[in-house]
Amino acid sequence: MTNKQKMSGADIFFECLRLEKVEYIFGYPGGATLKIYEKLYDIDFLTHILSRHEQGATHMAEGYAKATGKVGVVLATSGPGATNTVTGIANAYMDSSPLVVFTGQVPTHLIGNDAFQEADIMGITRPITKHNFIVRDVKELAPIIRKAFHLASTGRPGPVLVDLPKDVINSECEFNYPENVNIRGYKPTLSGHVNQIKKAAQVISKAKRPLLYVGGGVIMANASQELRSFAIDYGIPVTMTLQGLGAFPGTSEQSLGMLGMHGTYWANQAVNNCDCLVALGARFDDRVTGKTDTFAMNAYKIHVDIDPTAIDKNVSVDLPIVGDVKRIIAELRQAMPGKPDVAHWMKQINAWREDCPLHYEKEDGKLRTEYVLEKLSEKTQGEAIVVTDVGQHQMWTAQYYKFNHPRSHLTSGGLGTMGFSVPASIGAALAVPERPIISISGDGGFQMNIQELITAAYLKLPINFIILNNSFLGMVRQWQELFHAEKYSFTDLGASNPDFVKVGEAFGIPSVSTDKIDEVDGIIDQLLAKTDGPMLAEFKVVKEDMVFPMVPSGGSISDMIVKRLNPQRMI
Amino acid sequence: MRHTITVLVENTFGAFDRVATMFSAKGFNIESISIGETEIREISRMTIVTRGDDKIIDQVVKQLNRLVDTIKVVDLTEFERTERELALISVNYQRASLEEVKNICDIFRGNVVDINSQFITLEVTGPPAKINALVEVLTPFGIKEMARSGTVALKRGERAKPQKKEVA
Repeated sequence: MTNKQKMSGADIFFECLRLEKVEYIFGYPGGATLKIYEKLYDIDFLTHILSRHEQGATHMAEGYAKATGKVGVVLATSGPGATNTVTGIANAYMDSSPLVVFTGQVPTHLIGNDAFQEADIMGITRPITKHNFIVRDVKELAPIIRKAFHLASTGRPGPVLVDLPKDVINSECEFNYPENVNIRGYKPTLSGHVNQIKKAAQVISKAKRPLLYVGGGVIMANASQELRSFAIDYGIPVTMTLQGLGAFPGTSEQSLGMLGMHGTYWANQAVNNCDCLVALGARFDDRVTGKTDTFAMNAYKIHVDIDPTAIDKNVSVDLPIVGDVKRIIAELRQAMPGKPDVAHWMKQINAWREDCPLHYEKEDGKLRTEYVLEKLSEKTQGEAIVVTDVGQHQMWTAQYYKFNHPRSHLTSGGLGTMGFSVPASIGAALAVPERPIISISGDGGFQMNIQELITAAYLKLPINFIILNNSFLGMVRQWQELFHAEKYSFTDLGASNPDFVKVGEAFGIPSVSTDKIDEVDGIIDQLLAKTDGPMLAEFKVVKEDMVFPMVPSGGSISDMIVKRLNPQRMI
Repeated sequence: MRHTITVLVENTFGAFDRVATMFSAKGFNIESISIGETEIREISRMTIVTRGDDKIIDQVVKQLNRLVDTIKVVDLTEFERTERELALISVNYQRASLEEVKNICDIFRGNVVDINSQFITLEVTGPPAKINALVEVLTPFGIKEMARSGTVALKRGERAKPQKKEVA
């Protein structure tokens, strides 16, 4: 850098974003960020998206990040602006999404004085960020921003927060953007151990019942192609976690769908009976394993992950390989001494598939979530980006929508944040304008960031907002029915839900509603045909359906519930 | 099992807090924690005494390493090491005699650092077990106040050297 002219902190801020090739900032202005917004007024190399709440902005940035793999950028003011980002940051931390969140802060001399709109956002976000910084001197601003983007996007990605005191933004210094980042305490291991990889390949090729257990890490590492080649060349069946869906085509014979609490019967049986389990970019989450002692208890376990803390955290493994899953899968494929004989194993898996397929009631003529999702999958051919919220509809989407591509299933997995879908779909729609974007929420979660509908409407983003309205907080209701003495405590929203069609229309979004099966086709066609702005469709589905199969929390595969024990309870 | 872990961290704003936050967020136990400067200005050394089975200690070490400000983590439990702790103990000598308390102090190679008409303050340094033994002996006299520094430790012989790398 030769430009030695002095620049203000605000100018340096934007110059850094330009050099980081930031396309979008998701933000909301306020007192502590006024100077930045003053400069933003004349900036043309990036687009600022005004959310209606900072939590919305943070989820939008994560939707953008998950859809592209690029860093999502958030700008919020101090105090309440900063604290409103907390849920979004925690969500990104749990799902390892790359975000850089900039927060305004009161001037350095007022920090600690309980100044107006002051919050200790450094202290608050320490346990939910990969790292966070406060810029105490304008000279540190450019190096810190450089480090923040580096930390967010490398290794196991995650959110990084940069706190910007008002006086630092207002003061001046020479601009120097470091070309390289060297943080001595941060050197992610990328190459897997050669001998470990060789050993893994030997074990896999000799296995009689091998299984690939694929997590979101494969998608983050852009390793989907390597996974496909490896699995297909060697005929190994693949099961995916919620975040892994799309890494391997859901329509393939080799795909067993999702495993875990609401995974398919055959995927869970395969885990239970496999003799070699290869975990790729997955973290043995409790929703996947249930009781850890019995999880894949007969299998030789190989675990590939970029984060050493993920190894042996929940389940002890026989062969850990720390490194970039993209490289390691490619190297595993090269190192395989032979093809495992899986004919018998696949036959067994297919028998399980036939024994206990995904099933829902079709005879009574009532509209069900599963039907809507099957239709969506069919009509979009698995080509849409589907952004789900949290709860029953999320699990049903994972079961019934056949994802063909990575970065197509965006959902709040680890934190389980209701209200994720509406804003995250906005980030995805901006990131990938060429693909249909379907935001799916329940009637509960839809109301948790409902204010962002105006952001979508104002920007004329062609998002298909789908509400699967069962008039209940369905997943909580399901647990109440199964495990809490049928006390439906505060989960019945039937009497208190708004008129969703009127809500949509108030935001200027064409909205329709139905409870009839034969109208579903037409409505989905209408949704997919509309490309000049958002549209909303409410499907009023049966109230008391439950998601099956289900492995109760902390249970083993043998505890799996495959259908309602008392079907006449259904309304 | 008790483990003594030494951590070299960047001497930056909040580095100590990050370690403490990680321990509480992950539910790990801290028996003692101390932090101070090293021979390199921008690096601090933390000494953490914790307890846990192998699985927990493995996670403690990995989670410490994962922190961006962490430069090096060594579980000293596996090595020959020197462990020291300093304690200041204020004891009532009226129940026995000044002589008796001073004798005990001498046996533990401690120093008298303060005295008034009722209380005597002893300074003693040693492995934590020695301090515990002294505390036990002094308890019947009536300990008025006590301050312990927490353990500091170094590997014996070859020292765990911080890497001197450029920071961007």
